[in-house]
Amino acid sequence: MTPITQKLSSIRKLDRKTTAQILRVSAHMLSLYALALLLLDYSRNNLGADPVREILLRTGEPALVLLILSLAVTPLTLLFGWKQLHPLRRIFGLYAFLYVALHLLTFIWLDYGLNLAYILDGILEQNFVLVGFAAFVLLLPLAITSNKWSQRKLGKKWKTLHKLVYIIILLALIHFWWLVKNVYYMPFLYSAIVTVLLLLRWQPVKQKVLRFQHRPRNRQSAIRNP
Amino acid sequence: MLIKKRTGIEIPSSEITPQHLYLSRRQFMAGAALATTAGLLAACGAGGAPEEANTAAVNSGNGGTAVSATTDELGDPLNTYDEITNYNNYYEFNTTKDGPARLAKDFPTTPWQVEVGGMVKNPKTYAMEDLLKFDQEERIYRLRCVEAWSMVIPWVGFPLAKLLNEVEPTADAKYVRFETVYDPDNMPGQRGRMFPWPYVEGLTVEEAMQDLTILSTGLYGETLLPQNGAPIRLVVPWKYGFKSIKAIVKIELVDYMPTSLWMESAPTEYGFYANVNPEVNHPRWSQATERRIGELGRRPTLLFNGYAEQVAHLYPDPKYDTNLKPRGS
Ligand code: HEM
Repeated sequence: MTPITQKLSSIRKLDRKTTAQILRVSAHMLSLYALALLLLDYSRNNLGADPVREILLRTGEPALVLLILSLAVTPLTLLFGWKQLHPLRRIFGLYAFLYVALHLLTFIWLDYGLNLAYILDGILEQNFVLVGFAAFVLLLPLAITSNKWSQRKLGKKWKTLHKLVYIIILLALIHFWWLVKNVYYMPFLYSAIVTVLLLLRWQPVKQKVLRFQHRPRNRQSAIRNP
Repeated sequence: MLIKKRTGIEIPSSEITPQHLYLSRRQFMAGAALATTAGLLAACGAGGAPEEANTAAVNSGNGGTAVSATTDELGDPLNTYDEITNYNNYYEFNTTKDGPARLAKDFPTTPWQVEVGGMVKNPKTYAMEDLLKFDQEERIYRLRCVEAWSMVIPWVGFPLAKLLNEVEPTADAKYVRFETVYDPDNMPGQRGRMFPWPYVEGLTVEEAMQDLTILSTGLYGETLLPQNGAPIRLVVPWKYGFKSIKAIVKIELVDYMPTSLWMESAPTEYGFYANVNPEVNHPRWSQATERRIGELGRRPTLLFNGYAEQVAHLYPDPKYDTNLKPRGS
């Protein structure tokens, strides 16, 4: 390597590091946006006549969006070849868990006043809650094992375990479909996005996408490095 | 004149608010001060009239004025005027809770007519002015929404029975069918094709004649706001809120069970009777408890929303409904 290319590559490396940093910070900010806004509205007494429901909705929806974002990382890396997005999967996933935990806490505490009999009725007699609760229970092991240590320790099993996210997202969508009253735009929208994201992971589709991607990129790199 | 009543039950005369406590909006400030003084005196045990203290005019935030009591007959506090006028289910405007207050602001309610006909001896189209000639009473009722939240609301209105007695249903009339105005120009929600507009609801003639059943024209002593169903709406406190149809333009006596909008759009989820019943769940959620707007935690839902004494005799079985199954069956 000539000194110049060495220098260039170190700049590029530095760049990559900063982009990673910027991406990470943006992911945190994006994830915290809904919570910050919720706290702001709470402090301004701006949550409407039924703040409990407002908090339920405003923790539930971000939870779903973040689950979807987490699920979107891998297909996006695939589509744009942008490996640097990869760490965002964990960030979005953990924030999804945070919002679901707040969502559940709102349910059992603010809504059901920690009354066990009411909570049991609320979970067991309402299928949409039961399904949401199942999603929460399945999210627990994923959140607990989301660190590097568990990943090393579990080896191959880690990947299998984290496939639970497919079941979780399906349960979350069913939860949403089941709770809305005859107006299905939002559950439809989220289901459509999830369908696309899942399709992109399906081998036949994935192969097509990869083949399509490689053609133009190979030509470009061929021109750059003859 | 305004007769104050908490429910349809006989009311002790001490609960009828003295004339001087009926306040116009402008008199309100002075009135509130007076009432507060009376309350303080009573609280200090320095004499004063206790019944005046508990029937004092209360301020409820923005605009609400004179009411005869601060609680319902069970002792639960009234919801504020702000809560009642900003948390509405009114899909003719939109499907959010705070949307109707915003979108209904300029909804035209004058002139307004209600056509009363069908199987009656004296069909008549009433102008709103005619309907306001019926003695307007205050009725403090719990409103239990099918979505498992509730409020306590001081309605102003008159028993539907009074109107029906004027038009005289024939012996063949079995049901009353109500219809909301169809006005997509002013009701953005009606432009969508999600629901079979206009909104339709129904009662049996016996239910309609029950003294608890009122046509409401106001709340908190104020003229009804559009988001609450202005200029005239039904209030049937022992049934889920969706039965209490808003912005009525047509009342028809019929011999068939009317198909309501909700029965038509979700026949497995909403029945004709829709009586509040903690033992009969909505197919997708529990009706055992409810969230009182303004409170944390839940309270148990009462059979017939706490009006069993007045209405249970209308039904052969409290779980009586056409579509909804009791728990555990
Ligand atoms: C992965 C887990 C979950 C996700 C992604 C999720 C997501 C959502 C979403 C998107 C909504 C609707 C928000 C809207 O209409 O804008 C919602 C509502 C709701 N969720 Fe969840 N949820 C989850 C778990 C739970 C759990 C564990 C509970 C309770 C035990 C729960 C109880 C509720 C309730 C009661 C509502 C609705 C309230 C209403 O319409 O009044 N959810 N959730």
